[in-house]
Amino acid sequence: MQGFPWWPATASDYASRIDFLFGALLVVALLTAGLVFFLLLYFANKYRHTSTADRSGTTRKTWRFEVSWTAATLLIFVALAVWSASFYLRLYNPPPDALQIFVVGKQWMWKAQHPGGQREINELHVPAGQDVRLVMASQDVIHSFFIPALRIKQDVVPGRYETMWFRADKPGRYHIFCAEYCGTDHAHMGGWLTVMEPRDYAGWLRGQGGQQTLAAQGEELFRRYGCSGCHEPGGTVRAPRLDGVFGSPVPLSDGSVVVADERYVRDSILDPKAQVAAGYQPVMPTFAGQVSEDDLAKLVAYIESIGPKQAGAR
Amino acid sequence: MHAPHRSSYLNAEIGLRSWLLTTDHKRIALLYFAGITFFFAIGGLAATLIRLELITPQGDLGSPDFYNRLFTMHGVIMVWFFLIPSIPATMGNFVIPLMIGARDLAFPRLNLLSWYLYIAGGLITVAALLLGGIDTGWTFYEPYSTFYATGYIILAVFGIFVAGFSSILTGLNFIVTVHKLRAPGMTWYRLPVFVWSTYATSLILVLATPVLAMTLLMLLAERVLHVGIFSPQLGGDPLLFQHMFWFYSHPAVYIMILPSMGVISEVVPVFAGKRLFGYEFVVWCSIAIAAIGFLVWGHHMFVAGQALYASLAFSFLSYLVAVPSAIKVFNWTATLHEGWIRFDAPMLYAFGFIGLFTIGGLTGLFLAALPIDVHVTDTYFVVAHFHYIMVGGAVMGYFAGLHYWWPKITGRCYPEYWARFAAILAFFGFNLTFFPQFILGYLGMPRRYQSYPPEFQIWHVLSSAGASILAVGYALPLFYLFWSILKGARAPANPWNATGLEWSVSSPPPAENFAVTPAVVRPPYQYDQGKPCMQADHG
Repeated sequence: MQGFPWWPATASDYASRIDFLFGALLVVALLTAGLVFFLLLYFANKYRHTSTADRSGTTRKTWRFEVSWTAATLLIFVALAVWSASFYLRLYNPPPDALQIFVVGKQWMWKAQHPGGQREINELHVPAGQDVRLVMASQDVIHSFFIPALRIKQDVVPGRYETMWFRADKPGRYHIFCAEYCGTDHAHMGGWLTVMEPRDYAGWLRGQGGQQTLAAQGEELFRRYGCSGCHEPGGTVRAPRLDGVFGSPVPLSDGSVVVADERYVRDSILDPKAQVAAGYQPVMPTFAGQVSEDDLAKLVAYIESIGPKQAGAR
Repeated sequence: MHAPHRSSYLNAEIGLRSWLLTTDHKRIALLYFAGITFFFAIGGLAATLIRLELITPQGDLGSPDFYNRLFTMHGVIMVWFFLIPSIPATMGNFVIPLMIGARDLAFPRLNLLSWYLYIAGGLITVAALLLGGIDTGWTFYEPYSTFYATGYIILAVFGIFVAGFSSILTGLNFIVTVHKLRAPGMTWYRLPVFVWSTYATSLILVLATPVLAMTLLMLLAERVLHVGIFSPQLGGDPLLFQHMFWFYSHPAVYIMILPSMGVISEVVPVFAGKRLFGYEFVVWCSIAIAAIGFLVWGHHMFVAGQALYASLAFSFLSYLVAVPSAIKVFNWTATLHEGWIRFDAPMLYAFGFIGLFTIGGLTGLFLAALPIDVHVTDTYFVVAHFHYIMVGGAVMGYFAGLHYWWPKITGRCYPEYWARFAAILAFFGFNLTFFPQFILGYLGMPRRYQSYPPEFQIWHVLSSAGASILAVGYALPLFYLFWSILKGARAPANPWNATGLEWSVSSPPPAENFAVTPAVVRPPYQYDQGKPCMQADHG
């Protein structure tokens, strides 16, 4: 046993702010509980059966008390709701130039793919002080990517991309857990987040051996799966060109417009008839069951690399 | 066993057949009591094994699959076969007709059918758990339950489905009874708060349980027939399952706690010898909780991938639903002011309830705060929070009610000092078990882990130590209550100086409840300098 740990490791500025919010809630809770417990014990003692305390005021109107404590409780609760929600919005606004890492969860491991093509399992290396955005998919059941030291987690639901972003400031090694029950070895589906000084991180990237970038691997797959046959000039079928598409609005045949983010690209590969670009026939076959989550990440990275700018999706 | 000295519902008829085919609400309450005690023991055994396993960081009490089956069994049994039926089906069944001056519930035979459905559902589910168990967790999340889970899921889900009909019929029975069978003079604002609470609970039972039934049927359709509903492999949406599941299961939390709040609202004024502070507010808070409780299910899904605006709305509504609960706590506290407070066992359990429920409610504020929930959801913080509500709250309320009405139900007094000792033991054991889990949760310890990083061990050791104390606190009543049936002193009609109609009939009540339909002349909990003024003048 290793003593009494009272507070989790704190690896980011965001985590410190969450601790502050938690501390503030703790103060509210302690004051409320303190008041209730004090009154309970005070009344219990003063008005015990055998005491001779004065009990002459029992017929007072009670509604004044009711209205006051209802109003006070309501005001405090609404203030807490609004204040805490303001922190939460930040999680939905990833900075545009974040380092993007693809993460795939499967029973019972986490696999990560870096933009440079580096791969790791149950380990995640990131540079300190830089925004990192995780694009996550699950190959089987729901998992949840949880880093206590950053105070963030996100369920990874099969069939769609989920994203999460953070900026770790303090170099060190921190737990990664799977927080959504996922079967036999749920408790062992975890690993370590290693936050490194940018210089050390660059060294670590180099030490992973020379491989193609994720986008380059994606370009290869783009040809191997035959995507280029239609989506590049001179194709046999009229299909939309994909350069410059990523991150920009795409008009659909049903009149709506979507922004081409990771989720849209992924869905278009697996379920092409769901969102057909305006002016094109729904002739593309589905690739569901043929492309693994790892390869999907590469294809998405390739489409992203030929887009004009980074997407600011979720 | 001594022969009771006069006729009561207990000796009106004799023989096993007279019990198994009874339509007397009081006997059916005892049938439920037997069933609920049985299932509580099974669920408690699973909890004991879980706490044993977690004393050390590594998995050493069986395989990971065994552990996963343990916590699934604990959750399924405790939620559906103990907590949900506990107070309404036992004490509600027993005292509601007595409280409103009725001969029985509106549909006595339906009441018996409810018990058979409950027992059938329970035995089917227990059979599934004994045949090899299921490893889905009590939440049956998809697509895990369709394609990845092993074991007798179909059987277990079917058992829960059957028991759901017991819930619906019981709720329906209470609603009709409260509307149609009140004695002359028993106006809505003269109803004891326990009747209001059970009424609010019944509304939820009738409105929410069918959604659970539909969800479970869809789960079966997908697992058996591969109809794509929830699994992305079949074109379904896993989040749809969570929405439907929590649309039932969040209101279900109020099914568990509202009846306990009702018990506390009975016990506190009686043992304070004073009318309940803010009766109308307490009553309407029950209805408000039942109503708003239907609008907060999405707070279980803040990190599940639900839309941002949905999460913002659900967070706000979750704060809103906490307001009526807070008002109740303030009213119970204010009731003590200028009272004549006695500290008999039911009151000690009630004090325990208020303390633990307050902590459980306040930690709910942390979970309703979106960014805090992101960190602590699916950790031991959540485990601690809902145990403070469901065990600290609902089970303490169950024991408060059991000790309060025991003399009425059995006609016997239990040894008061043993009962007070058990109440205090359970309170401290409970806190030692579950308070460390708040700390574990904020440290980041995920739930449903058989093994864990060694730095968390000390809090788990404390928690398991507390659980052993809590187990003694829960086991003691089994002994002294059983002893009281054999050797306890005869209970008078109104041992606690209460004011309700149930205390104006003898203990145990006669089979027909009231020889003459009582005429109700005043609201409940009326006291003159600590002396009770009965709701009915004769009885």
